[in-house]
Parts: sequence; structure tokens; C-alpha cells
Amino acid sequence: MAESHGGAKGPAAGAHTEADGGHHGGGFPPFESSTFASQLVSLAIFFVVLYVIVSKLALPRIGGAIEARQNKIEGDLAEAQKLKDQSDAALKAYESELAAARTRAQAIGNESRDKANAQAEAERKTLEEQLAAKLAGAEKTIASTRATAMSNVRGIAADAAGQIVQQLTGVVPDAAAVNAAVDASLKG
Amino acid sequence: MKIDPIHQFNIEPLFTLGHIGNHTIAFTNSSLYMLVAVAIISILMLASGTQLVPGRLQSVAEISYEFVASTIRSTAGAEGMKFFPLIFSLFMFICVSNLVGIIPYTFTISSHLIVTAALALLVFFTVLIYGVYKNGLKFFKIFVPHGVPGYILPLVMFIEVLSFFLRPVSHSVRLFANMLAGHIALKVFAGFVAMLGFSLGAIGWVGGVLPLALTVALTSLELLVAFLQAYVFAILTCIYLNDAIHPGH
Repeated sequence: MAESHGGAKGPAAGAHTEADGGHHGGGFPPFESSTFASQLVSLAIFFVVLYVIVSKLALPRIGGAIEARQNKIEGDLAEAQKLKDQSDAALKAYESELAAARTRAQAIGNESRDKANAQAEAERKTLEEQLAAKLAGAEKTIASTRATAMSNVRGIAADAAGQIVQQLTGVVPDAAAVNAAVDASLKG
Repeated sequence: MKIDPIHQFNIEPLFTLGHIGNHTIAFTNSSLYMLVAVAIISILMLASGTQLVPGRLQSVAEISYEFVASTIRSTAGAEGMKFFPLIFSLFMFICVSNLVGIIPYTFTISSHLIVTAALALLVFFTVLIYGVYKNGLKFFKIFVPHGVPGYILPLVMFIEVLSFFLRPVSHSVRLFANMLAGHIALKVFAGFVAMLGFSLGAIGWVGGVLPLALTVALTSLELLVAFLQAYVFAILTCIYLNDAIHPGH
């Protein structure tokens, strides 16, 4: 600023002398007092007009536009925050519900598995009992069948021994003797 | 070829409006450029849209608004916003008329001391009247800085009072002198180009490249000065108003 000040004085002063000898009514235009009144009146009129336009129309208009934008931005941000909170809450609810469902599913699974296990165990037991009973019956049958078969074998063997003795000796052997012999041989 | 760097500052009456006493009140070229400045500002501030997403013109209007508003807030505080219309009018009026004045063959309003003095006195009296109206006699505490020993207080008060009353002088002369000097320098360098060309012929025209380049450089400097002086005028107004609003510092 000081620089421009210094610069201003040189040319201004120089111009003064030049203009003094010049063509225009004499004097340096900015210092010609005859033009002051006109300039002051014009300045007063136009500056007042400008002030009225600026204060009554321009600034409220532009200020309103800026404020409206500010409000809109703040409103939108608040709205976004609200929506974000809502979605966060929904996510949290979803997660807790999911966890609850998972534990419930686990409980149901455990319960049904235990039940199925118990049922299977019971069935297995009854089946085993049945099988054991059947086995015992079958063993009894086998024993009786065997005993019968053994007694039949004795009779057949006694008959066969009597026939064999008769063929060899031509003598019909004593039945009691043959039986005794067969018994002895079966025992041996 | 006569180069007269002062000619651009001449006031030419276009038509007479009337008489006050023995003064003739004329609509001059200066009045015309005041009208141009007011018209440009009005178009900028009133014809720009007020859309949510601003266009170019609206952006310029909003940037001007925000710029002046933040200048006031940072120098005079929130209370200074009472003077927003005044400071905005001053800043825009000076800035637009200075920028228009850079266009060749136009007239620069603020190259006349009477105009800048009138604006500076407007600020001076606004500060004085508002300061006294708001603070009463406490306003004059600005002349008594605290923490100064009693025996040099009269001297300090004398300097403070003197500087207070010299404010409109420095306020107005700063703007006036900057604009005047810049325009004279521009004219002188631009005149060299023609002078060299007409007096030395072909060699002169080639030699004129240097002053031409300087003229271009000076024009860009003047663009900066045009804006900067308007800003300085506005910020000094804010600082002076701050004294009126908070006289105790």
C-alpha cells in the first residue's frame, strides 16, 4: 500500500504541471472544484439507490437462497441420520432374532434327538427280548427234535442189528439182547 | 501524436440536471459510470437465480455475499452484521466501478478524490454517530488506551485523536491515489507504444513490444489493485465500525 502511495505522488504531481499548460480548462481534473457538486449529487443519488437495492432486495434474496440451501442440507443430513439409525436398529433386531432362532433350533434338535434315541433304545430292547425268547424256543425245539431223532436212531439201529445178526447167523436174536447191545454201542 | 495521460480523468457533462446555488448540477460521464456500476450490481444480485444448486451468476452473487459477510464477522464480530448492507454496497460499488474502469476508454469513478472522500466521510460519520449513539460518552474511551502511564497519556491521547480524525483522509486518499496512479501508469506505457511507432516507424513498432508487454502486465496488476483497494476500503470500514461497536477493545 505504501508503495502505491509513493508511486501515486510522482505521476500525479507530474501530470499536474503538464495539465496546467494543457488544453483542458486548466487544472488537474480530480482537483477541479467546479465538477465537485455534480459528482457529489450523482454519488449521493446512485449510492442511496444502490444501498436501497442491496439492503431491501439483493441481500435478503441471496441470503435467503444460502439459508434455504443450508437448511436443506441440514434437513437431508438429519433425515439420512434418522434412516441410518432405523436401519441399524432393524439390523440389530434381525441379529438378535436370528440368534434366538438359532438357540431355539438347537434346543429342538437336541430334544428330538434325545427322544429318538430313547425310542430306538426301547425298541431295541423289546426286539432283543423277543429274539431271545424265540432263540430259547428254537433251542428247545432243537433239543426235543434231537432227542426224538436219537430215540428213532436207537430203534432203527436195533432193527438193523437184528436183521444183520439174522442174515449172518440165521438165528433170530433176542430183542432184549440186541437193544442192550445197541444202547451199549450208542453210549460208547 | 499527443499523449495526455490526464485526459481520461476529465469530467464531461452530458446534460444539465439543474442548479444548486450557483453550482450547475450535470449528469456527467462519472454519473454514467456510477449508473453502470449500480446496474451491474443490481443485475448480478437480482437476476441471478436462487436455486439450490447455483449457476455461474448465482455463484458469483453468493461468493460476494459470503466474502463480505465473513470479512465483517472476522473484523467487527456478529454485531457488525448490522452494517452488512452498507459495507456490501461500498465494497461492490468500488470493486465493480474499479473493474469497469480498467476497460480502455472507460472512466474510473474512484480516481476522483471528491468521490472517495465522500465515501470515506460517510464511513467516518457513521462510525462517529453510531459510536456515540450506542455507547454514549464511553465511545471516547477509544482515545484512551489502557495500560499507558499517566504522564504520557496526554501525548498518546493527542496522537489517538489526531489519527482518528485523519482516518477519512487516509481512507479516501489510499483508494484515490491507487486508482489514479495505476491509470496514469497504464496510459503512459500504452502511449509509449503509439509514440514509438509513429516517431520511429518500423523500428518503433518493433520496439513498442516492450511497453506493450508492460501494459499487459500492468493491466493484470491493476485488476488485482482494483479488487484489493475495494477490499481494503471495506475492511478498514469494518475495523472503524468495530471501534464504534466495541470501543473498549
